[in-house]
Amino acid sequence: MSPLRKNLERFSPVIVTVAMFVAWEAVARLAKIPSYILPPPSEAVMAGYEFAGPISKHALQTLYTTLAGFGLAVVFGLLVGVIIGSSKLLYRAFYPILIGFNSVPKVALVPLLVIWFGIGTVPAIITAFLISFFPVVVNVATGLATIEPELEDVLRVLGASKLTILLKVGIPNSLPYFFASLKIAVTLAFVGSVISETVASNAGIGYLMMSASARFNVPLVFAGLIVIAAMGIGMYAIFATLEKRTTGWAFRS
Amino acid sequence: MTAQADHADPHGQTGRAGLFVEIKDVDLAYGEDAESLAVQGLNLDIREGDFVAVVGPSGCGKSTLLKLVTGLMPPTQGAVYVDGNRVNGTLSFVGMAFQNPTLLPWRNTLRNIMLPLEIVEPHRSRLRREKVAYLEHARNLLRTVGLAPYESKHPWELSGGMRQRANLCRALIHDPRLLMLDEPFGALDAFTREELWCVLADLRRAKQLTVVLVTHDLREAVFLADTVYVMSSRPGRIVHSRRVDLPGTRTLETCYEPAFVDIVHELRGHIERVRCDGPQGIADVPTA
Ligand SMILES: Nc1ncnc2c1ncn2[C@@H]1O[C@H](COP(=O)(O)OP(=O)(O)OP(=O)(O)O)[C@@H](O)[C@H]1O
Ligand SMILES: [Mg+2]
Repeated sequence: MSPLRKNLERFSPVIVTVAMFVAWEAVARLAKIPSYILPPPSEAVMAGYEFAGPISKHALQTLYTTLAGFGLAVVFGLLVGVIIGSSKLLYRAFYPILIGFNSVPKVALVPLLVIWFGIGTVPAIITAFLISFFPVVVNVATGLATIEPELEDVLRVLGASKLTILLKVGIPNSLPYFFASLKIAVTLAFVGSVISETVASNAGIGYLMMSASARFNVPLVFAGLIVIAAMGIGMYAIFATLEKRTTGWAFRS
Repeated sequence: MTAQADHADPHGQTGRAGLFVEIKDVDLAYGEDAESLAVQGLNLDIREGDFVAVVGPSGCGKSTLLKLVTGLMPPTQGAVYVDGNRVNGTLSFVGMAFQNPTLLPWRNTLRNIMLPLEIVEPHRSRLRREKVAYLEHARNLLRTVGLAPYESKHPWELSGGMRQRANLCRALIHDPRLLMLDEPFGALDAFTREELWCVLADLRRAKQLTVVLVTHDLREAVFLADTVYVMSSRPGRIVHSRRVDLPGTRTLETCYEPAFVDIVHELRGHIERVRCDGPQGIADVPTA
C-alpha cells in the first residue's frame, strides 16, 4: 500500500465527519433555513457551550443509566446465552419467546415501567437493558453453537463431559461473538435510555432535549443529539478496542 | 463372569480372544425405518497392531464405522467389542483425527496438541504436577512429525500440511492404543500427502499402534495398510478384504512396483463393482 493511501485510510473517518458538518453548515446557511427548523452545526455547538453545565449534568445521568442497563444486559445476556446455547432443548424452548420480546418496540414498554417504578432512573435503566440484552444472548448462543462437530467427536471420544467441552472450546469460541455484540449492544443501550428519558424522566439528555424542544430551543436539541452521538462513538470505540485486544486471534484466520 | 452364561446375547460382554476390535453383525440406522440403515450386517475383525484401511463409495458408512468402534454411536443391532469388552460409551484409549484439523485458533501448536491431556485421566490430574515431563513428551512428538520449530505458532500461521501434522499429534498425545483416521489427508496436495504417509507409517512403527484408516485414495490404503477392506454402497458392509503382502519396508518407490500397482488395480475393480451394482444386500432388508 502506498503511504498516501495509508494516510488516507487512517484519516478518512475524520475527513468524512468534518465534511458532513461543513455540508450541513453550508446547506443551513445558504438555504437560509431558520434555526428553529435546522440550525447550522456552529449554532448547535454554541448552544452546547452556553449550556455546558446542564448538558454535562444530564449527559452524566444518561451515561449512568445507559451503562447500568448495558451492564445488566451483559451479565444476564451471557448467562442466558450460555444456557440456551449449550442445550438444544432450551434453545428450542426459549428462542420464540426471545424473538417475541425483541420484536416488542421498547418505547411501548416505557409507560408500563412508569406504572411499576415511577418516572426517573429505573425505567431508563430497564429500557436500556431490554434493548441491549438480545444481541448479547444471540451472539453468545451462536458462538456456542458453531463448534465444529468433528472437534466435538474428538473430545467426546476422550471422555470429555459437556461441561468440559463448554469450558475448553465453547466459551473461548463464543468470545469473539460476545465482544462483537458488546459494541452493538452499548450503542443500542443509549437508544433505550434516551427513549425512556424523553418519555418519562426529569433528568438525562433525553429529558433535556424534550424540554429544549418545548421551548423551541432547537440548537440545544441538536447539541444534545451531538452529545449522545459522541458518547455512542466513544463507547463503541472502547468496546471495539477491547474486542481486538482480547480476541485478536479471530481476526487473523 | 458366570452371569455371562444366561445372557441373552450369545456373545455376552466379552469378545473373542485375540481380537482387538470385533464388529459383529452390526446394523446402524440413523432413523426409525429400514430405509435409514447406514450399515447393515457389518462384520470386521482387527488384531492388535494391525493397520487396517477401509475404502468404499461415498456415503457407504465408513465414517459411521469409526463412530461405532469409538462408541460415539451405539449399534442398532449387533455388538462391537474393543480390547475384549463390549463397547458401551466412549473409549479414552482411542485417538481420532479427521480431514478437518479443527485446531483451536486461540491456542498455539503446543497447547493445541496438549488438549487431550487436559481431558483424559490419568493425565488430567497429573498434568499440573508433572508439567515439565508432559511438555517434554509433547515436544518430542512434535519433533517426530517435524513441527518442533512451530510449537508457538498459531493455526493460522501454519500451512494445511502442518495443521494436519498437528492434528495427528493431538490424536496421539495421550498414547492411544487405537488410532482412528477419517480421510486425514483428503484435503492435501499430492506431495504433502505422500510426505504424511511416511510420517504416519513411521509413527505407527514406533508406537506399535492399531490403526483404522478411512480413505478414498486406494494408493494410500495399499501403501499404509496391512489389510484393505472394501465396503458396499449404502447400507454398507464389508464385501472384500485384501491382505497387502508386499515384502520389506514400503517406501514411496514401492508405489511404482508392479505388485503394488496390481493390488491397487484389483481394489479399483471391486470399488467399480460395488458402485455399479448399487446398494448390495438391499433385497435382505425386511420390508416394514
Ligand atoms: N447424522 C446423520 N443423520 C442421518 N443420516 C446420516 C447421518 N450421518 C450419516 N448419515 C447417512 O449415513 C450414510 C453413511 O454416512 P457416512 O458418513 O458413514 O458415509 P461415509 O462412507 O463416511 O461417506 P464419505 O465417504 O462421503 O465420507 C450416508 O448415506 C449418510 O447420508
Ligand atoms: Mg465420511
